[in-house]
Amino acid sequence: MRPSIVKAQPADVLKDASMIKQKEMMANHYNRLTSAHETGAKVASTFVPGNLNELIMCFDLVNNLPEVNAIQSGLRKQSGAYIMEAERAGHSEDVCTYVKSDIGMMMKGNIGPNGKKLPDPDVLLLSYTGCFTFLKWFELLREQYKCPTIFLQTPYMADGKVTPNMIQYMVKQLKEDVIPTLEKVSGVKFDIDRLREYLAKSAKAEDDLVYILQSGKNKPSPIDAYFGGIYYIGPIFGAFRGTDDAIDYYRFLREEVDQRIAAGLGPVTPDGPMGEEKYRLVVEGPPNYTHFRQFWKMFYDEGAIVVASSYTKVGGTYDYGFRHDPDRPLETLAEYCLGVYTNRSLPMRIDMLCDYINEYEADGLLINSIKSCNSFSAGQLLIMREVEKRTGKPAAFIETDLVDPRYFSAANVKNRLESYFQMIEQKRSSAGAAA
Amino acid sequence: MTQPTTSEIIARCEELYQDLNFTAARVWKEAKPGRKVIGYLPVYVPRELIHAAGMLPLGIMGGGDNLEVIHGDAYYQSYICRIPRSTIELGVSGRLDFVDGMLFPSICDVIRNLSGMWKMLFPEVYAKYFDVPQTYKDEIGGTFYIGEMREFLSDLEKIAGRKITDEQINTSIRVYNENRRLVNELYALRAAVPWQAPASEAYLVIRAGLLLPVEEHSRLLRQYIDAAKVEERPIKDNCKVVVTGMFCEQPPLNLIKSLELSGCYVVDDDFMLVSRWLIGDVPESGDPVYNLSQAFLHRSMSTAAKYEPNLEEKGQFLVRAVRDTGAEGVIFASTSFCDPALLDRPMLQNVLKAADIPFIAFKYAENSGQMQPIREQAGTFVDSIKLWSVA
Ligand code: SF4
Ligand code: SF4
Repeated sequence: MRPSIVKAQPADVLKDASMIKQKEMMANHYNRLTSAHETGAKVASTFVPGNLNELIMCFDLVNNLPEVNAIQSGLRKQSGAYIMEAERAGHSEDVCTYVKSDIGMMMKGNIGPNGKKLPDPDVLLLSYTGCFTFLKWFELLREQYKCPTIFLQTPYMADGKVTPNMIQYMVKQLKEDVIPTLEKVSGVKFDIDRLREYLAKSAKAEDDLVYILQSGKNKPSPIDAYFGGIYYIGPIFGAFRGTDDAIDYYRFLREEVDQRIAAGLGPVTPDGPMGEEKYRLVVEGPPNYTHFRQFWKMFYDEGAIVVASSYTKVGGTYDYGFRHDPDRPLETLAEYCLGVYTNRSLPMRIDMLCDYINEYEADGLLINSIKSCNSFSAGQLLIMREVEKRTGKPAAFIETDLVDPRYFSAANVKNRLESYFQMIEQKRSSAGAAA
Repeated sequence: MTQPTTSEIIARCEELYQDLNFTAARVWKEAKPGRKVIGYLPVYVPRELIHAAGMLPLGIMGGGDNLEVIHGDAYYQSYICRIPRSTIELGVSGRLDFVDGMLFPSICDVIRNLSGMWKMLFPEVYAKYFDVPQTYKDEIGGTFYIGEMREFLSDLEKIAGRKITDEQINTSIRVYNENRRLVNELYALRAAVPWQAPASEAYLVIRAGLLLPVEEHSRLLRQYIDAAKVEERPIKDNCKVVVTGMFCEQPPLNLIKSLELSGCYVVDDDFMLVSRWLIGDVPESGDPVYNLSQAFLHRSMSTAAKYEPNLEEKGQFLVRAVRDTGAEGVIFASTSFCDPALLDRPMLQNVLKAADIPFIAFKYAENSGQMQPIREQAGTFVDSIKLWSVA
């Protein structure tokens, strides 16, 4: 059966309705992308943090996210070869592996997850939000594709606040650069009411997303907010924010989560329902995708559940109250970009992780430090110590990479995790003894 | 007063460079009650504003190869460059305890995150991430930058306990214009007669400018240029090269000397770009903040930390540097794990290939000790250039 004709219903097998729906959405999306040449659809490449999907849709452009392509390559175990290809062509072994996976993939014909060639972008929307590497990444792509490149700068929230100067700067960029160029590239006139409509839809889905992410506060937690969380954030961080599909997806998911809570069930893992919940963790940092299942298994085999994670906030910090607001369409896009996790100062990140540990009643913090990601990784050792100090909960540090298989050492990671779980046990028994 | 010799000037500059306690800045601060010092990291901050507040801008370029990093490594994983850890070392070891504020320019995510770390580690010290526009239209990036500078000025006013007038800023602009003219004169001299002003010396002279009051540095530059012009020095059969990629973490002095020993005359570089970031004079009257913003938007250097909006312009600054100085090749020297430099490198290399300019590339850290491989690579590069120019 082709996924695109599956019509998911919440009454389907409990755990699967949302998953089927997401698969269907992704398949359709990639088909839309890879058939862009035939259909005449135009393609905009952009990034997950600072993704302006609602605006992109106003111009009938199809959103292509190179980070998501790199994740797909990682999950399919193709990224290693792509990275080597890019390194052979002169890219340094030291830099972000997402970039190299993307460039290697391009050099090998840019074949998407559906086995068909991805189209060249008609426009690069360089939404410079939360990561310096983005700037270089799209300069590199521009060199290849020689297509119009729109730059949108999101100032960094260094002092923990958004100033009027920041908002005005972003709104001006949107009005005077981003929108006029998108009009030119697409041939579609900008309609602010259309934008408002999409933004209202976004907010609806965002409400449900927050409900789902915060369900991790239950005991047991019905979701895994890191490994499972990757799937839950997919539609809203990607090409579906502002669509009816996203609203349906999150409604299905919410119903499933509610049913799991009512039944006192934990999350569903690739090996079936999770056993007893023994450890509740907060995780900081992106996951490893090349050994995703193996990595996850190291957690669920030990009864460890991630109840909250920072990675699921790279495409928006909705649980801190942000919603896309149709009444302030351009300002809301600016605020959205400003608030994403990687655009938050280190002290803000620490506050957030401490909040999670307290509010989700977690046993501690685990940091997965990504070798090639300065945006996340620089400062994580201080984050670890500070969170430990403030919460009194143990923290641990592991090192892997997002999509470079050379930097995933299963034995090392497993050892670290095992000693961490022991540490939590010890902490518990000493706390029990003290009580 | 007798004119000092180049070796006397260089000895003074080397002493400043080696002094990880920043004694000169401490002495300056203690000389008058109420004086304040504001530290800044690479790559650029408008030092004129700090100067106008009556404060000393102090360039902190990491710890070099003489600093023993004891605490800094506990803050960073092995796959992050060295400058943030040595900067932290300078902080936690008390070497910066006299500094009243620190600026972290918008250059990359490592320095960006360091700004937050500084706030956590030294909560009593003013720490600011200094954001700059990466879009260059007056109404958009310009307005934003003016806003950021005004906010910074009001912070400085609080630290200084007084207002900073336009007139004061214009006076500071004048002082820095003069300093930049002298820096450029030194660069021009080195490009024309590199044997008279070797890169390792020029480096130390410019570096002194990050540590001394600007007026004193301008005098020192004048003296060095005058002395270097007249001194008898042997001409070597070296190749003129441009080095690029060293805009943040600084190379050990030995690295520059090694390049010279292996037959290179370094005739242009991107060390300590703050000294010549703005190209040409900034107007010395009118609205100084507006004038500084205009200079930043339309007349400033190119580097990997800056977005180049125009594809045709990408990397052309390097081609121009080669043409203007008569260089015969380019050396890409990048800090290990430096995303900006290393991601930019392939694009710049493509531009050089198209312009038929030879290049080599290597990586370094501020504490690199082993120079032999670099010396060999640079030596072979020089030999091949000579061979080609004969052929
Ligand atoms: S450096 Fe990190 S945040 Fe930036 S693109 Fe790479 S993985 Fe993403
Ligand atoms: S050396 Fe490069 S990566 Fe390191 S702080 Fe400087 S610019 Fe950033």
